[in-house]
Amino acid sequence: MLEAVLVGFIFAILLVFVGRWFRGPIAVVSALIPIGLFVYFLWHIGGISAGDVIYESYRWIPSFGVNLSFKLDGLSLLFSLMITGVGSLVFLYTAAYLKGHKYLDRFYGYLSLFMAAMLGLVLSDNLISMFVFWELTSISSFFLIGFNNDSKASRQSALVALGITGLGGLLLLGGALLLGFISGTYEISEMLTQSDVITQHPYYALAAILMFGAAFTKSAQFPFHFWLPGAMKAPTPVSTYLHSATMVKAGVYLLFRFSPVLGQTELWHTTLISIGAITMLYSAIHIIFRTDLKGILAYSTISALGILVFLIGIGTEAALIAASVFIVVHALYKASLFLITGIIDHETGTRDITKLTGLRKVLLPVAIAGFIAALISGGVPPSIGFVGKDLIYEATLHSNNAVLLTVLAIATNALLFYGGFVAGVKPFMGQLPKKFEKIHLPSPLMWLPPLIMVTAGIIFGIAPGLVETTFAQPIVNVMFTSAEDVHLKLWHGFNLVLGLSALTLAVGTILYFLLKPTHQKETFISQFNFIAPKDLTLKLSDGFEWFGHIWTGYFQNGYLRHYLSIVVGFIILLLGYLLLFDFDLDIDYASLARITVYEIAIVLMMVIAIIFTVFTKSRLAAVAAMGVVGFAFSLFFLFYSAPDLAMTQFSVDTLTVILFVLVLYKLPTYLKLTNDKIRIKHGILSLSLGGLITILILKVLNEPKNTEITDFYAENAYKLAHGKNIVNVILVDFRGIDTMIEISVLVVAALGVFGLLKLRLKTKDKK
Amino acid sequence: MELLLAIITGLLYAAGIYMIMRRSIVKLILGIVLLGNGVNLLIFLLGRITKGEPPIISDSDKILEGIFADPIPQALILTAIVISFGLQSFAIILVKRAYKVLKTDDLDQLNTTDEDS
Repeated sequence: MLEAVLVGFIFAILLVFVGRWFRGPIAVVSALIPIGLFVYFLWHIGGISAGDVIYESYRWIPSFGVNLSFKLDGLSLLFSLMITGVGSLVFLYTAAYLKGHKYLDRFYGYLSLFMAAMLGLVLSDNLISMFVFWELTSISSFFLIGFNNDSKASRQSALVALGITGLGGLLLLGGALLLGFISGTYEISEMLTQSDVITQHPYYALAAILMFGAAFTKSAQFPFHFWLPGAMKAPTPVSTYLHSATMVKAGVYLLFRFSPVLGQTELWHTTLISIGAITMLYSAIHIIFRTDLKGILAYSTISALGILVFLIGIGTEAALIAASVFIVVHALYKASLFLITGIIDHETGTRDITKLTGLRKVLLPVAIAGFIAALISGGVPPSIGFVGKDLIYEATLHSNNAVLLTVLAIATNALLFYGGFVAGVKPFMGQLPKKFEKIHLPSPLMWLPPLIMVTAGIIFGIAPGLVETTFAQPIVNVMFTSAEDVHLKLWHGFNLVLGLSALTLAVGTILYFLLKPTHQKETFISQFNFIAPKDLTLKLSDGFEWFGHIWTGYFQNGYLRHYLSIVVGFIILLLGYLLLFDFDLDIDYASLARITVYEIAIVLMMVIAIIFTVFTKSRLAAVAAMGVVGFAFSLFFLFYSAPDLAMTQFSVDTLTVILFVLVLYKLPTYLKLTNDKIRIKHGILSLSLGGLITILILKVLNEPKNTEITDFYAENAYKLAHGKNIVNVILVDFRGIDTMIEISVLVVAALGVFGLLKLRLKTKDKK
Repeated sequence: MELLLAIITGLLYAAGIYMIMRRSIVKLILGIVLLGNGVNLLIFLLGRITKGEPPIISDSDKILEGIFADPIPQALILTAIVISFGLQSFAIILVKRAYKVLKTDDLDQLNTTDEDS
């Protein structure tokens, strides 16, 4: 299975080098990859439906429990077939749709990157590697949405989508780490056996909420749904593939996969049912107010995703069967409708439903496909859509809150019926406007794929046993340890479910004939945009930007004194806070009596020179005073047993003063640049810091001193290094390499000084 | 004596920081020098001070015994003094160059990389 995942990545990388060849007509050859993979997964159907589970594992970072382990069971097989099946058709379709596009190779590269990542996601049995693939799908989605990168709207939508799904990725990582912490493993199949431990753990709620967040952002659930309509800026093959059939179902897949681990709790049911219900109804209502074909399809996709989350939330066996069948149904009709929209857009140049009529006269095969897709979407018998809708009602009727949930499902389904017919039938009915008369049927590469998909939808409807044995039963076997046998039928006889189905069709038909999509409706709904999650989120992000601006403007304003004030102020607050609770200074005042006269002289000299350096108005005096401080230091070192230091300090100080004086006459005189208020403020800050340092020193001096290293040098300086001046021995022997590096630093500084001086000479010469 | 030296260290820190906060670059360099001295003194103090007992082994002995000044802070400070000399001399020359080119030693006018502002 690793090869199946890798082949897409390899192809994407290859395209970087040989992409030139794939821009022409040969591009269609790349469809062989998804077709090959599709056949590969088809070949596994027999084994999987017989109850096999294929497992492969490669060690990646075993010390962290991260492995590349893949598991092919009923659930992942369904998704793999969908990814490669829809992928094959989309790859073929793209060859005609983007014919002659100068970045066609790039497009195929992103598509196959996405396909590989998506396969990795649904096949991974390790949560961490699943997270990696999850993020890769977000990234390839970002590139595909922003494929028309010269359009600002495209780039913006791509960013919004990346932002939302990226947030979800972070939540997934958090959830994965938490689940790993609770269960001690990242292997999903091992977590399955610990379901009880996980659901009873105090962190269960947090882990579940993190996983919900990941699923809801990826699968465009309310209130994160708004990135999906924006993502429709992408070329239509992308909308078909990523944003209706596969990637947006990753969240649903995650919930599916984890319902045996995290499910069957109050939190699980309540959250998923309520969010799913809100999403499915909210976006189904939105369909009425759209006039852009892709907008209609986007909202009906969100609604369908809502239904899936809702069904997983109900969580009974009937509900999960309904969900797995509905995934197939939705992939078939929604992908077809998107491809059909793409053809219409490609041929007429518009997607405005109010302008499109009568196209059946010029695009007959497309019209047929559109009609059948609408039938599947509306759940009209004998399509698979009918079976799917029956199963949904079956599930809601047997749930705890049967009446409410069934009513919600009927309302949503009726609106989806309306949406499907508006997108699939309306453009082809009525009079053909003059300007569309010259339209020709495009290449079969474009109209065959939707036709193939809807035909499959009818075949599955007539023979639902195909879906039952290949998908529904194996998936239920994954979800429940003792699963009952699944029996899908087109005809159940006259019963309540059939009545509800008929009711849905009736309401949907009435809606289709009563409601006409108009621009007035679209304008009307856009009045409420200011309370929509999209605008609120964008405002929030604007707010962040504004806050970041203010924050940076305040803390990073380019003035050294400002930075220093903040750093110093922070140290003062921190140390001051600590000292406030622990202030017991033990000062040995008696020792003051032992101070000699010459010590007092040095101290006085230093204090006066320091104060003078700070306050004098003459530069020369300041430099001289600084020199005095240095010489006082030399004396001090001399008294306190550090003759080497005294020597060094003396010579360095002399040199510094000389250098200063040499340069000084070239510099401007002191100006009083800051006002007294700032000076006082800085003075208080500096004195507070100085005071704190003094207190710290006094506190440290009360602590005992560790003399281990000192004793080592005292003992070994002569024995090992044959030197009697220990300071020198340390510098040139024990720490010889440090000293050598220090010398190199000095050499570099000297070269710098020399260079700067030379530079001056040259400019002088020029003058 | 430690008490007085601790106060002087604090004073050096205060004076150094205050000078670094001024707008003139010359003051900035003076501030760095003062602060550097403060840090040296701090290290020296933390090694405890000892009068008149340098860490030198007498001719007759092979190891150092009894009371002696700690050689480790001394080695550290020696390095620090030399390095800060490198820094100071480079900074001084740089300031001179900068002033020659830009005709200002006001830090507030040096905080942009644009040549024309």
